[in-house]
Amino acid sequence: MKEIRIHARAGQGAITTASLLGYAYFLKGAYAYAFPHFGAARMGAPMNAFVRMDSKPVRVRSQIYKPDYVIIIDQTLMRNFNCFSGLKENGVVILNDKEGASAPKVKAKQKVFVVPGNDIALKTIGKPLGNTALVGSFAAATGELNLDILIEAIKHRFSAKIQEANIEAVKQGFQYIKKG
Amino acid sequence: MKEFLEGSQVIAKAVKMCKPGVISAYPITPQTHIVEELAQMVADGHLDSQFVNVESEHSAASVVLGAVAAGVRSFTATSSQGLFLMAEVIFNIAGMRLPVILSCANRAISAPISIWNDHQDSVSLRDSGWIQLYAENLQEVADFHFMAYRIGEDKSIMLPVMVCMDGFILTHGMEPVDMPEQEKVDRFLPPYKALYKLDPAEPVSMGPLADPDYYAETRFAIQETFKDVLALIPKVSDEFKSCFGRDYKDCLVEEYHVKDAQKVIVAMGSVCGTIKEVVDELRKKGKKVGLLKIISYRPFPYARVFQALKDVPQVAVLDKAVSLGAYAPLASEIKTAFFGKKKSPKVISSFVAGLGGRDITLESIKEIFSRLTQREINLEFIDLKPELLKEKYGE
Repeated sequence: MKEIRIHARAGQGAITTASLLGYAYFLKGAYAYAFPHFGAARMGAPMNAFVRMDSKPVRVRSQIYKPDYVIIIDQTLMRNFNCFSGLKENGVVILNDKEGASAPKVKAKQKVFVVPGNDIALKTIGKPLGNTALVGSFAAATGELNLDILIEAIKHRFSAKIQEANIEAVKQGFQYIKKG
Repeated sequence: MKEFLEGSQVIAKAVKMCKPGVISAYPITPQTHIVEELAQMVADGHLDSQFVNVESEHSAASVVLGAVAAGVRSFTATSSQGLFLMAEVIFNIAGMRLPVILSCANRAISAPISIWNDHQDSVSLRDSGWIQLYAENLQEVADFHFMAYRIGEDKSIMLPVMVCMDGFILTHGMEPVDMPEQEKVDRFLPPYKALYKLDPAEPVSMGPLADPDYYAETRFAIQETFKDVLALIPKVSDEFKSCFGRDYKDCLVEEYHVKDAQKVIVAMGSVCGTIKEVVDELRKKGKKVGLLKIISYRPFPYARVFQALKDVPQVAVLDKAVSLGAYAPLASEIKTAFFGKKKSPKVISSFVAGLGGRDITLESIKEIFSRLTQREINLEFIDLKPELLKEKYGE
């Protein structure tokens, strides 16, 4: 079983991120359970979304406390929350931040990938919604999912111009990691 | 076909296949995406149904009452305070013997305000004369809706059914679900033919005044019918299996490693999945533990519970609800199942968890197993925060 915890603010697409990843795992033939946990029910409030995946149906319904992977869509959340809480010894973090921003310190075998998701999104989608770029980076950094499956998931979720823009965002997020 | 869907979508798609003629809902919190999806299907012309948007849950329940009274299959969904605003009508629907189907996205109740999950809403309406089924996962959510119409509309039953699923955990959760083909649903669920209906050609009154000469018999009749429901659910489950291939056995309870168990947790809803995971983990370490999942809370399957647990030495009941001032609701039923019986668990301990969306973790379940000992305990709240209990008003 692999577990992903997503940190975001309401309105930044955490649920979309979880559903895209869940659907991508589904396309891959795995079982996934993607679910949100809301804080206060208003835009901008900190919230989490989660994805739990396995080769057999997922039964555990609790939130995720010991994630294999963490995706942080809004880096300002790191001021007030320990987004790395419970991260596995060899866990991987995808952090949305400015190009060249310094990566936070983590344990020896853990890895943090800083991705300028919002900058990629501004160029591709025209809005600072970096979540789909981060999905691309997640796939490249972890090897969990390939680009074709992600594009398939984007096509399932979005249509027309928004679909094209998000496919481009996913590609650029993916390539950003691959180029190193 | 397997699809990756959100719980609310699963319900909307399942309800669409049941072809209700009338859907009514109040569209604001504590509503879910269920009726939003259905409204979209009606607007897009994919579902031939009258969608009645109303000004309150009381009216939503009244609309589906009226629709079923007129002989039309109907659907509504709500939760929490919405269900409570419906409460007056909920009792009327059962009293008039109208098979309305309602999805309850289980959520906590006010005050304080909570949008999060527990079972206090539907459990509080346990005495209303509605059949209540609790789903563990999204597949059950879909399948129980198909069965709900079959059970409620059966001419020997004619009672409403509440399909209960955990708010957010299931309604907002996404997972793979096998959605059946329309033809299969049509074969399993024929169109609704009312045993009686409001018809100007043959006028009848429903729910009129019943003076002391008549009232008690109406209640006795529902009580008797619930015995028939206990007998019908396994038959419907059997037919469901031959039609769709999924086997819910008697569909009153599910036994998970109960046969040789020394310790068993009894619970309802999605937390049963988390419990199964812990059962597997402890079984690997040689511990004889199990789960008894209650699917049908009303009618309550006392005889079935007795049969399942009579040889289990220690039983823990996990309630996601309270009956303030008394034992927890599910625990009361389990204890009642053994009252005056020769065979019985030595210990039936009661735990309360998950109120107002407090997360029930693998550790919470392990704690229940470890606190289930020879010493019976009652109303133990799991995962309380002692620091919050120290606060006093005015300090």
